[in-house]
Amino acid sequence: MAVITITEAMRDAIGEELERDPNVIVYGEDVELSVYGAQNGLVERFGRERIWNAPLSEATFVGAGLGAAMSGVRPVIDLMIGTFTYVAMDQLYNQAAKLRYMSGGQAKMPVVVMCVCGARGSAAAQHSDSPYPLFMSASGIKVVLPSTPADAKGLLKASIRDDNPVLFFEPLSLLGEKGEVPDEEFIVPLGRADIKRRGDTVTIVGVGATVKMALEAATTLAAEGIEAEVVDVRTLRPLDENAILESVRKTGRLVVADEARQPGLAAEVSAIAAERAFDTLRAPVARVFTPNVPVPFSPPLEGAVLPSAEKVAAAARRVVNGAT
Amino acid sequence: MTATIDPDLQLRLYRSMRSIRSFEEKVAELFYAGRLPGFVHLYVGQEAVATGVCANLRDDDVITSTHRGHGHLIAKGARLDRMMAELYGGIDGYCHGKGGSMHIADFSVGIYGANGIVGGGLPIAVGAGLAARVHRSDRVAVAFFGDGASNEGTFGESLNLASIWKLPVIFVCENNGFTQFTPTEQLTAGIIAERAKGYDVPGVVVEADDVITVHEAARQAVARARSGAGPTLIEARQWRFRAHNEGEEAFIGGEWKYRTKEALEAAMQRDPIENLRLQIDDPDGVARIDRAVAEAIEAAVAFGEKSPLPPPEAALDDLYA
Ligand SMILES: Cc1ncc(C[n+]2csc(CCOP(=O)(O)OP(=O)(O)O)c2C)c(N)n1
Repeated sequence: MAVITITEAMRDAIGEELERDPNVIVYGEDVELSVYGAQNGLVERFGRERIWNAPLSEATFVGAGLGAAMSGVRPVIDLMIGTFTYVAMDQLYNQAAKLRYMSGGQAKMPVVVMCVCGARGSAAAQHSDSPYPLFMSASGIKVVLPSTPADAKGLLKASIRDDNPVLFFEPLSLLGEKGEVPDEEFIVPLGRADIKRRGDTVTIVGVGATVKMALEAATTLAAEGIEAEVVDVRTLRPLDENAILESVRKTGRLVVADEARQPGLAAEVSAIAAERAFDTLRAPVARVFTPNVPVPFSPPLEGAVLPSAEKVAAAARRVVNGAT
Repeated sequence: MTATIDPDLQLRLYRSMRSIRSFEEKVAELFYAGRLPGFVHLYVGQEAVATGVCANLRDDDVITSTHRGHGHLIAKGARLDRMMAELYGGIDGYCHGKGGSMHIADFSVGIYGANGIVGGGLPIAVGAGLAARVHRSDRVAVAFFGDGASNEGTFGESLNLASIWKLPVIFVCENNGFTQFTPTEQLTAGIIAERAKGYDVPGVVVEADDVITVHEAARQAVARARSGAGPTLIEARQWRFRAHNEGEEAFIGGEWKYRTKEALEAAMQRDPIENLRLQIDDPDGVARIDRAVAEAIEAAVAFGEKSPLPPPEAALDDLYA
């Protein structure tokens, strides 16, 4: 197995799908030089017929992706940074999410919109959001956020092959994380969570950046006799409720860690546990998330609002040992 | 033409451009020394645009700026020390460390803020123009934006709205040859200034290596706006001399990936500060300004260096009025 970064894994996924299916095309913001690296070297390999730069017209190039997808093309569109989804909001939330349903199932839109999400390094408020909570309530869109190179590759390939619009978020703080990726062809199906660590004292549900924090917290907690089970949801919509519930029923304790402002994953998972695993909960649920302010610029302020392994560990202790 | 230029105006324009250039060069130095968090997009080379336009504005006129905003802010009268403190993330910065380079604002002199979103500032400038009309004031609003922003929906929508409502707005498009890492002509159809015609708005192209030319174009546009005749689009052409953002090589895998060294060196011959300096017949005046600016920059850095970082609990302040 090769050991590569999340960015390299995504590049391999796109390359393989461009190779496999002549209907796959890639366009977006500076994809030829590939600012975050997921398209590195692809224009040299496939040429500008298959991958090229688009003007800063997010609303229109996302919408054009829908029209092309309805006509049999499979566009992979790079918005670069997650907050630019807001510029394209009508085309995403009101068009992509609804056209298939409204047309009584006629429209088929195999389009992937990819962008990094999350805060890192004082990029300040307008470049630091994790916008996926908005899209968890958008009906006809699938929403993906991997935390490892293997998941990134398998999920991106599955997203490109999916016949629905997929918003594929890349975890900014983990792009350089290395991990093993199988050499043979594989996909990771959308809609399935993954248990990243087994444990029976407390369930920590995370996604993207908070999966790594949860794993770090679990190591600290293990030294204190607390065995955390870490559930990586991987796909925010559809959400693998059964995997979450199975773990919660086993441990009886739940922490949900999410870098996004809430309501979002933490709110939703807490509600699911309250509705469907209430009888097995032995302590109130704890949530770790970014408070509802724009992400501030100055490092101590940014650090204060973002989740961290320490905050996740503290929440787990609270759930296991009672309030401190 | 230059012979008739008022010497005081020349020195005023020189001072503004010199302040911007020196500020930006200092910011680059501090950035590479690891003193500044986040990203910086510098304005070096384009000084004549902000300077020539803002020299026609009053403190109560409004501007909206961009991710590459330091020059607009300095030209409109922002304080160097509070700007610098903001870049450090310090509590004495204009935004108390909440905003950083891409979000500096000073409402006391009509700066409604730099902006992290390309095309985000145009509608806000239109709104400031609308307020001027509601208040029956002769204030005007200027939207600075790049060639890249001219392809956002907000560009066409803002021109249309300002035109049909006859709002006192000056749209200043800085065509610096590149949209991030792509040459403008690969992304942008036709001539940006000519797009104005479709909205019944005058559109002009100016070569922004000459601040006097920019100043004159802006003077006419501002006069038109103040008189109630409506908006103007100015396309100011001048390459940026530095990276899209400092440290861009890390994002694109090296140097000279989207423009050649030769082309940049040729573009840098069109230096607006040098051009103006050669026209000014007052070497002492120039030297005095150079000294004063250098001192102001040093003072700003000292102010930034000693401004404390905000306490973590400040993260939750300022959310609602
Ligand atoms: C809506 C939006 N899309 C993309 C970006 C990322 N981005 C920041 S600056 C920039 C290039 C802007 O080009 P231009 O408007 O010509 O301004 P310049 O950088 O040349 O001053 C891009 C793509 C952004 N900040 N906002």
